[in-house]
Amino acid sequence: MMSQLSKALLNAGAAILLTATATACRDAEARNGVASAVPTRALPELRGVEKAVLTAAPNVPPPITRDYATKVQVELETIEKTMRLADGVEYTFWTFGGNVPGNFVRVREGDLVEFTLKNHPHSTVPHNIDLHAVTGPGGGAAATLTIPGGASVFSFRALNPGLYVYHCAVSPVPMHIANGMYGLILVEPKEGLPKVDREFYVMQSEFYAKPGADGQPHSLDMERGADERPTHVVFNGAVGALTGDNALQAKVGESVRLFVGNGGPNLVSSFHVIGEVFDNVYGEGGSTVSQRNVQTTLIPAGGSAIVEFRAEKAGTLVLVDHSIFRAFNKGALGMLKVTGEDNLAVYQQLKGLGMAEH
Amino acid sequence: MQAIMIGFFVSSMVTVPAGTFRPLYGRASDAPLPVAAFALDRDPVTRRDFLAFVRAQPSWRRSAVKRVHATPAGYLADWRDDLEAGDADDLRRPVTNVSWFAARAYCTAQGKRLPTILEWEYAAAASATRRDASREPAFIQSLVTRYASRRHPVPPVAEGETNAYGVRGMHGLAWEWVDDFNGVLVSDDSRAVGGRDHDLFCASAAIGAVDPTNYPAFLRHAVRAGLTGRTTLETLGFRCAR
Repeated sequence: MMSQLSKALLNAGAAILLTATATACRDAEARNGVASAVPTRALPELRGVEKAVLTAAPNVPPPITRDYATKVQVELETIEKTMRLADGVEYTFWTFGGNVPGNFVRVREGDLVEFTLKNHPHSTVPHNIDLHAVTGPGGGAAATLTIPGGASVFSFRALNPGLYVYHCAVSPVPMHIANGMYGLILVEPKEGLPKVDREFYVMQSEFYAKPGADGQPHSLDMERGADERPTHVVFNGAVGALTGDNALQAKVGESVRLFVGNGGPNLVSSFHVIGEVFDNVYGEGGSTVSQRNVQTTLIPAGGSAIVEFRAEKAGTLVLVDHSIFRAFNKGALGMLKVTGEDNLAVYQQLKGLGMAEH
Repeated sequence: MQAIMIGFFVSSMVTVPAGTFRPLYGRASDAPLPVAAFALDRDPVTRRDFLAFVRAQPSWRRSAVKRVHATPAGYLADWRDDLEAGDADDLRRPVTNVSWFAARAYCTAQGKRLPTILEWEYAAAASATRRDASREPAFIQSLVTRYASRRHPVPPVAEGETNAYGVRGMHGLAWEWVDDFNGVLVSDDSRAVGGRDHDLFCASAAIGAVDPTNYPAFLRHAVRAGLTGRTTLETLGFRCAR
């Protein structure tokens, strides 16, 4: 009995000692930079200069095939313009590149990005840009306050791979974001993303639209914004931007990757595709697959996710915010039409409405 | 002939009585600042007014303006020529694409001056019916809507709405220069030293603001933060005070 107790005590002591030793070792490793929890990022040598190709949603610039870092020149213009938000609702949007969401930027990890922000001479207010991919003051906002008719240039190293939101951050920020000033920048990992057949750019956001007097376009409803009570929740800047003739297209058997952002300004998205399971989710837009076989992924305001799946079955997949009143009542609905030879082994209606009686 | 005509179009002035005003930036506990009575142009300075000025003072014509006083590419860029400010409609619009130096010179030539930011904001806080409507949500909303529906070119001054002081078009037409545009932001301990333009980004801009719901005031401050004395904007004009 006593010996057992002393044995146990001994074991416990040994365990404590072992733990202490292990901790000491880890500390030593960290000091030597062997296994630090936070990497030190070496800046790769730059070769050449190229101009970034930007695309309007739902299109994504082609994958980067370079295996070296370069200086990438990105040019984006802020433009205030009236466009359709929903049928019968014209809204005075503030945009990056004339589109909501703003144009998609794709660079490679390690690239030096030389970013030129222009503000159209007809703009009423100054704009700037905060790219969440940027390590540095304001994500670029501190260097890019740009008056109407002006231009600003700053550079940053794309240190961290991942899918990042960018947005305007001039005071009052909520107004700039509520008016449509956000988009996505992908910093592709240096080893590249696995090849897929289709890539699309989808960004959710919500609007607080107040009708203008005498048929003037809608603009921000302050009270609804502060109360987080949107009139419209949409994908790609307008109700119907991804439905009907605007639906995304894929073929049976193809692999699909969606770069999904959430501009907010307020709501968190419960992103779901009706009739599909996400094979891979790069949670919160990070650079690795964090989960497989996911039904609904949460996308924070000012955040993103990359989802991948194979379209195994012909038909229409429906993109929704599964906070479902938003989809049914406020517009958060998109479509991906999958065409080609049907695959009845995957899904088949056997009996029910719309089928011939036997 | 035209020089004689011009007298008819020089805008009349409105007396704005003394009072107190709480600027956007400051501590809620700060006492409101006293504002002495002053006179303010009823309307923004029009292209016609400014044409008379450049006729009298050739050094302020588009082709002659000094680079240090205005960006040459922008200054009066929407005029056809040195002394051609556009058609009859254009002459009734607020003059825009003018620098702070030019606006100041204009006011001085009239025996006036640019209003201070405090005076301008004090007068601009008036709705059609109330002298201080800066805390009225409906008024704030109306300004957000008005700023969002700004037009190009800026509308003639007669389209400006008259506020409770009898001043017209402070919000619906164009932004307006103030004398101390670059001294806008008090430096607050919770913000970066200096309190200049780069502190206006993101939520930090709301720190130190008395009323974070006054979006129109934030917009005006953001516009001013981007300016230098030689900046010209299509949407920036001015009026004078005395």
